[in-house]
Amino acid sequence: MLPIGDYLFLGLALFIIGAIGVVTRRNVIVILMSIELILNAVNINLVAFSRLYGDVAGQVFALFIITDAAAEAAVGLGIVIAFFRNRETVLEDEMDLLKW
Amino acid sequence: MTPTGYFLGHLWLIPLFPLATAALMLLVGRRLPNSVVTVFCVGSVGVSFAFALGAVTQLLSAGPENRVAQQILFEWLTPGQMLASDGHLVRFTADWGYLLDPLSCVMVLVVTGVGFLIHIYSIGYMGHEGGYYRFFGYMNLFMFSMLTLVLANNMLLMFVGWEGVGLCSYLLIGFYFLRKSASDAGKKAFIVNRIGDAGFILGILLTAVTFGTIRFTSAGLADVAANSGILQALNGALSAQALAAGAPVLTTIALLLFVGATGKSAQIPLYVWLPDAMEGPTPVSALIHAATMVTAGVYMVVRMNAIYQLAPQAMDVVAVTGVVTAIFAASMALVQNDIKKVLAYSTISQLGYMFLALGAGAFAAGIFHLMTHAFFKALLFLGAGSVIHAMSGEQDIQKMGGLWNRIPVTARTFFVAALAIAGIPPLAGFFSKDEILGRAFERHPALWIVGFVTAGMTAFYMFRLVFLTFFGYSRADDHAQKHIHESPQTMTIPLMILAGLSVVGGWIGWPASLGGSNRFEKFLEPVMFSAGTTELAKAVPQSSPREYLLMVASIAIAVAGIWLAYEFYRTKRFAAEVVAAKMKGFYRMLFRKYYVDEIYDALFVNRTKDLGTLLGRFDAKVIDGVGVDGTGWLARFGSTLSMWWDKWIIDGLLNFGARLTQLMSFPIRFLQTGTFSSYALFILIGLAILLAYYQQHLHVVLRGAR
Repeated sequence: MLPIGDYLFLGLALFIIGAIGVVTRRNVIVILMSIELILNAVNINLVAFSRLYGDVAGQVFALFIITDAAAEAAVGLGIVIAFFRNRETVLEDEMDLLKW
Repeated sequence: MTPTGYFLGHLWLIPLFPLATAALMLLVGRRLPNSVVTVFCVGSVGVSFAFALGAVTQLLSAGPENRVAQQILFEWLTPGQMLASDGHLVRFTADWGYLLDPLSCVMVLVVTGVGFLIHIYSIGYMGHEGGYYRFFGYMNLFMFSMLTLVLANNMLLMFVGWEGVGLCSYLLIGFYFLRKSASDAGKKAFIVNRIGDAGFILGILLTAVTFGTIRFTSAGLADVAANSGILQALNGALSAQALAAGAPVLTTIALLLFVGATGKSAQIPLYVWLPDAMEGPTPVSALIHAATMVTAGVYMVVRMNAIYQLAPQAMDVVAVTGVVTAIFAASMALVQNDIKKVLAYSTISQLGYMFLALGAGAFAAGIFHLMTHAFFKALLFLGAGSVIHAMSGEQDIQKMGGLWNRIPVTARTFFVAALAIAGIPPLAGFFSKDEILGRAFERHPALWIVGFVTAGMTAFYMFRLVFLTFFGYSRADDHAQKHIHESPQTMTIPLMILAGLSVVGGWIGWPASLGGSNRFEKFLEPVMFSAGTTELAKAVPQSSPREYLLMVASIAIAVAGIWLAYEFYRTKRFAAEVVAAKMKGFYRMLFRKYYVDEIYDALFVNRTKDLGTLLGRFDAKVIDGVGVDGTGWLARFGSTLSMWWDKWIIDGLLNFGARLTQLMSFPIRFLQTGTFSSYALFILIGLAILLAYYQQHLHVVLRGAR
């Protein structure tokens, strides 16, 4: 098995790519995709530690997160479609009603 | 044995017919054509007349002592206990019942008979007027009220009729209600009558507490207590020595009732409404203000003659009031120029004669004059109406003249009536007036002298009217000249019938001294109270020579009056003006009717108005000003206060809270950008800070993992 640090490095890389995507991109769909990257980074961590300690709970948790990600994508895309119908845009910087 | 028969058993139908048609007219009359109105309204009075004739005939079939029919339809006011003035509790009751005795026979025949003729006359007279149905509706309502008045078996029901005729009088005087003078005259009549009615009501109440009943008599009733009539109660009280002739309570009752009579029958001091009442249509003046309603007071006094005979002081008051009214009104009639006004004052004067008769104790003579007066005065008014009709509405006799052959029937019947009222034998007025004057002389020669002078004045002013209207040259303008025409037959036939009655109507009272038997007085005898103890009942047996002398004297003064009028207005055309110019002040006073209206205005009307103004000012200042406006101001002040509280305290607190929150949140709230990515950035920064803070532990974790 590769040392745990490699796995964590991969997870960290994926997380940073996702986080930068979430912060910098304007298109909400792309942001959602970036969130998927973050979740997968978490999944890699969970699976890696599960393997390291020989505890299956981490892998089970990863499966839950995959399911959750699917559900989140469905709900998120539904919201984006509903929003598009109202405002004819999917750009997040135009979604700024809830502010001071 | 009391008389019976269909008509006597259905007395209540007599007033019911006019009531039914009156209700019909006043409810749906507007939609009915004039012909239907005529058939119903005149027909119903005709049917009433027929029923009255039937009832009287059946009554006459009984002997003189039994001529009374009374029937109680129902107990109108629920009987209750009442404390009579003698301390006893009595069962007081007011019926809705009808009484027909010789007195009401005369009245009911006069009312329905003369009323029927006047209704027929009205077909022609009112034919071209608006409100035809309204006129007949009111007239029929009047007939109902008047018949209720004369047929009532108790004082309260009589009062219902009394008020009813007053109401109809008001409605009919103000028939042309668009004319202010007419509606004013209606109000005047109504208000003046109210004053009299107040006396009448008090009289009824005093009668009720004194005798415990207001039913006139219990005769004709089978199954009632003996004392249930005033007459019976009075006899009982007399025989029990509880009351005596001249008792103050009897005098008071008599005087109070007489106050009512002065209002309704236009005696001093309440006569002022009658001349103004001439604003109504002429048939109304004939029916209500000459033949029937104004005689209600006379009828009422005769109906209560038992009390009057026991109250000599009241009788004196009645006699003096009557005779003063007679000469006072006659003097005003001398100078009036309005044909109807002359007749109005003449009516007041003749009513004064009737009261003179009553006051002299000659009740039968009063009723006799009432009847003959109804004939000839109705005829005079209807004739005047016919003249006015011919003259296109002109009422000023100075603008008439020369009508004798232009309207022959009217002129000749009018002439007959004038002879009758002047007292020329053998016309009706002679017998009745002569009897009154004879009885007045027995009472006191001074009464006779005044009445005698009045008779001369009557003859003078009536023939002044006749000569100015029908003789001489015509003084009408061209327009009126062209339209002079005799009235239609519906108007002239009643005139002719009444003229016939004015001639023969007096013959039923043909005095004994002229070979007659004075059947009229004998006929009324059962109605008259005859307690042998009273002073008045002890009539002085008249010595025939004096009676003839008085008769000759009254014929002489009547002829003298006519001759004077002839001299003044036929031969010496300007004599009247010369006399008037010589006695300028007196003439002026007569012409302005003794300024009585002005005096009443100054004494009563304006004082009442002042009181009204004062109360109005009190209303405006105190009630409206302090009360209503004050309350309003207080409410407004309170609401202003409350609004201020709301705005500055309640709302202010809320706004203060909001402001405070805004102020406190000043720097932090700018973090809430609303932009999704900035929130994400904050989260990342927070994560980074957390990681930096837990750096040590991170190493532990990573080391452990390795």
